[in-house]
Amino acid sequence: MNYLIRTEKLSKIYPNGTFANKSIDFQVAEGEIHGLVGENGAGKTTLMKMLYGEEQPSAGRILIDEKPVTIASEFEAIKAGIGMVHQHFMLVPSLSAAENLVLGKEPKRTRSRTFDMQEAVRITEELSARYNLPVYARARVADLSVSMRQKLEILKALYRGARILILDEPTAVLTPQETEELFAELKALRQRGKTIIFISHKLKEIFNLCDRVTVMRDGRLIATHQVADVDIHQISNEMVGREVQFEISRPPLQAKSPALVVRDISFVDDFGIAKLKHVSFTLRHNEILGVVGVDGNGQTELVEILTGTEKPLSGSVMANGKEITGRSPGFIRRCGVAHIAEDRITVGTALPATISQNLLADRYWRAQFCAPTGFLKMPAMAAEADRLVKDYDIRCNSPNQPVASLSGGNMQKVVVAREFTAEASILVIAQPTRGVDIGAIEYIHARIMDMRSAGKAILLVSSDLQEVMALSDSLIVMHEGEIVAYFPDASAVTDKELGLYMLGIRRQSDDELRKVLHEHD
Amino acid sequence: MNTIKRFFTDRDSLASLLVTVFAGLFSLLAGIVLIFIVSKNPIQSTRNFLLAPFLRSYNFYYLLIVMVPITFTGLALCIIYQLRYMSMIVDASFYTGAVVATAIGTQLNLPPGIHPAVAMLAAGAVGGLIGLLPAILRIKWRANELVSSLMLNYVFYFFGSFIILYFLRDRSQTILSSVPFKESFRLPRLVENTQLHAGFIIAAVFVVLVSLFLFRTRWGYEIRLTGANQKFAYYAGLPVTSIILYAHFISGFLGGVGGAVEMAGLYRAFIWQMNPSYAWDGVIVAMLARKNPRFVPISALFFAYLRVGADFMSRRGDVAFEFITLLQGLIILILASDRIVNYFKERRLKRQVLSRTGASEGGSR
Ligand SMILES: Nc1ncnc2c1ncn2[C@@H]1O[C@H](COP(=O)(O)OP(=O)(O)OP(=O)(O)O)[C@@H](O)[C@H]1O
Ligand SMILES: [Mg+2]
Repeated sequence: MNYLIRTEKLSKIYPNGTFANKSIDFQVAEGEIHGLVGENGAGKTTLMKMLYGEEQPSAGRILIDEKPVTIASEFEAIKAGIGMVHQHFMLVPSLSAAENLVLGKEPKRTRSRTFDMQEAVRITEELSARYNLPVYARARVADLSVSMRQKLEILKALYRGARILILDEPTAVLTPQETEELFAELKALRQRGKTIIFISHKLKEIFNLCDRVTVMRDGRLIATHQVADVDIHQISNEMVGREVQFEISRPPLQAKSPALVVRDISFVDDFGIAKLKHVSFTLRHNEILGVVGVDGNGQTELVEILTGTEKPLSGSVMANGKEITGRSPGFIRRCGVAHIAEDRITVGTALPATISQNLLADRYWRAQFCAPTGFLKMPAMAAEADRLVKDYDIRCNSPNQPVASLSGGNMQKVVVAREFTAEASILVIAQPTRGVDIGAIEYIHARIMDMRSAGKAILLVSSDLQEVMALSDSLIVMHEGEIVAYFPDASAVTDKELGLYMLGIRRQSDDELRKVLHEHD
Repeated sequence: MNTIKRFFTDRDSLASLLVTVFAGLFSLLAGIVLIFIVSKNPIQSTRNFLLAPFLRSYNFYYLLIVMVPITFTGLALCIIYQLRYMSMIVDASFYTGAVVATAIGTQLNLPPGIHPAVAMLAAGAVGGLIGLLPAILRIKWRANELVSSLMLNYVFYFFGSFIILYFLRDRSQTILSSVPFKESFRLPRLVENTQLHAGFIIAAVFVVLVSLFLFRTRWGYEIRLTGANQKFAYYAGLPVTSIILYAHFISGFLGGVGGAVEMAGLYRAFIWQMNPSYAWDGVIVAMLARKNPRFVPISALFFAYLRVGADFMSRRGDVAFEFITLLQGLIILILASDRIVNYFKERRLKRQVLSRTGASEGGSR
């Protein structure tokens, strides 16, 4: 059989010695949607980067249409018809969608040879209509939603003539509705003869979308299957190398005393837009309170205010009986609040710093690690870092390597390891499993339940609706900066019902909403 | 001893060390080529350039003396660079430190030993406060600290000259000079009949102190973490603003002490006609040391070696002293390219891992 693109004994060793791809024979047929799955750090992104010319193979070769090729740069990848949408987008936020789309291949006015904005917009709108990927051509990228940016990235690749589209975890940042939309669009692209490589940690998506699927583990290609011939259990076993538990065990627990009391918080952003309007709720010990809502309805700002990286316009927040409104993150942490930040790249970790430094950043000053003279107890610090690396199964050569050299999922494990061992009684958790593999998700979910049993109060914000519904005891729904619904029992509500509140179609009465304050129990 | 051993076994430092040595050797080589192009007597000039410290014992001690001020500014800049800031204010701290030391060295009567110590502390304190200014401007008004520090350097240079000229000047001299220092102010000589002074020891002590501070105390840890990602540091609960402030204070403190040591060790009065600008030499020293204070003595030694060689050669031959600036530029160019480091690292590791796993190299590279 002839393949559109295939690799022969392709290997990649990173400068720090990580053997990320070991002799990979990967084959993609023309016109298929090919799923690529594997745990964090299995080497999926690395393999794709070599196809896209961003990394150079250490050994082996790449063949396109059965002809060996060298892809020395992204430029050459584009010439060979390969386009890639990265895990982290690569767009210029201050430019319009149309300008971003044509960047590098701009239309010029015939006479003056200057940039032709009119034509760029026309091209964008035409492509957008042809491939049925709606974007606002004239809007600034900074103002577009995440899903629209993603569509723009896909269009950009198509505009440059991509035959093969690589999508690295495109759904990690999408809501369920947006994901469904994307899938319909990708299937339409397949009909038009495009070939798609699709990376995801969500196996359900692979089964909904793909024709074939390749499993990677530990830098090796384990197997390639027709999706129709396998089931979720077989794939997950191949990925992890053992049986994976999908069910979350939830011992019944009675929520206890109030831990985090939020009253009447309002916030206006730099552009004068009200992001939060009189938000009030009470989070109790032994309770997981889920916050759901379409991305951008104030969840991010709420978390920032609760954890001190942003100051509210008005209102008050009490943690364990102490006033923390507008205080610094350091103060709030010392009041017993830990925080998993949603953006692990720019906030949750220091990429150039070592794993050990990242793990101990919130506790190096404790008596356990630091003498009263200010001298650090290096052996104690090393022991603690070793312990956390082991307990949280962070895959690395040594705790002294920079976090930047870890795969996305392992970076998240560093953040989780630090925050779950922070000796806090309140946990504010944003997107805990974004881009994390099934083995790690299983692990993180189990740990969140442990924290709940240990009496912690947990505020869980996630755009993965399935995740919030499965983990939470109770739910609040946010829409345009307001709490529009409160469900004391998360298991008694369906996702359809939540959808109505998330889109602002329905709203509970004030009496129902007041229950979230827990003032009379 | 342990540190030295770790230094030679730690892979990353070894790779950077290789590049650093390469930068040094290459600049020397380029220097020799240059000499052969411009000099009428290239063999003699090259000999003078390379062997200066060994041809005259004066040159040897001169080498050690030159190391002292650039060790202080190099250490000061290591701290700034660890924080990933760019302030050059240590220039002003150093100069003003010398002026403060002059005031104390000429106006006060204190016992020997105490006298220079008081001067150093006062100069350090003033230098530290000056060091704070660009940091405050940056925090309050987001003013770029490189630009503001370069401007402030002029302000403090002229202010310092003004103090010397109007309050401390020796009117009996025709050139600009302060009144002579009190005898009690002067640092003892380490070797009879040479200029080598106790400031050399003081600099060595500061190398150890700064290394310990940066790598073994919580404050150094905070500086390095803030340098790695300031947003992260704030999120993790570090008091970022005060970290930035005390890092700049300490950096300025080191500059101030350096200025005082230079005065008490080397001179009988303040006689600088212009700003010696040791901060700029400090930039190269800190870069050569890869912003690690432990390596500052080595890079200061090398830098002083170039200086002394160029100086000796220019006085004995037809190559101008300024040719050293060319070599400095070359060193910076090589060091600034991290790609070279990565190239070395990648090649070595690839070989290692491949041999370990038995896979074969080659293919599409
Ligand atoms: N630039 C780099 N330098 C050194 N090592 C790296 C680099 N990028 C990735 N690695 C390492 O290579 C391995 C494979 O990483 P890769 O990003 O390909 O994993 P992945 O399968 O995409 O994982 P994830 O699902 O978490 O995104 C990991 O062990 C990672 O730590
Ligand atoms: Mg990846």
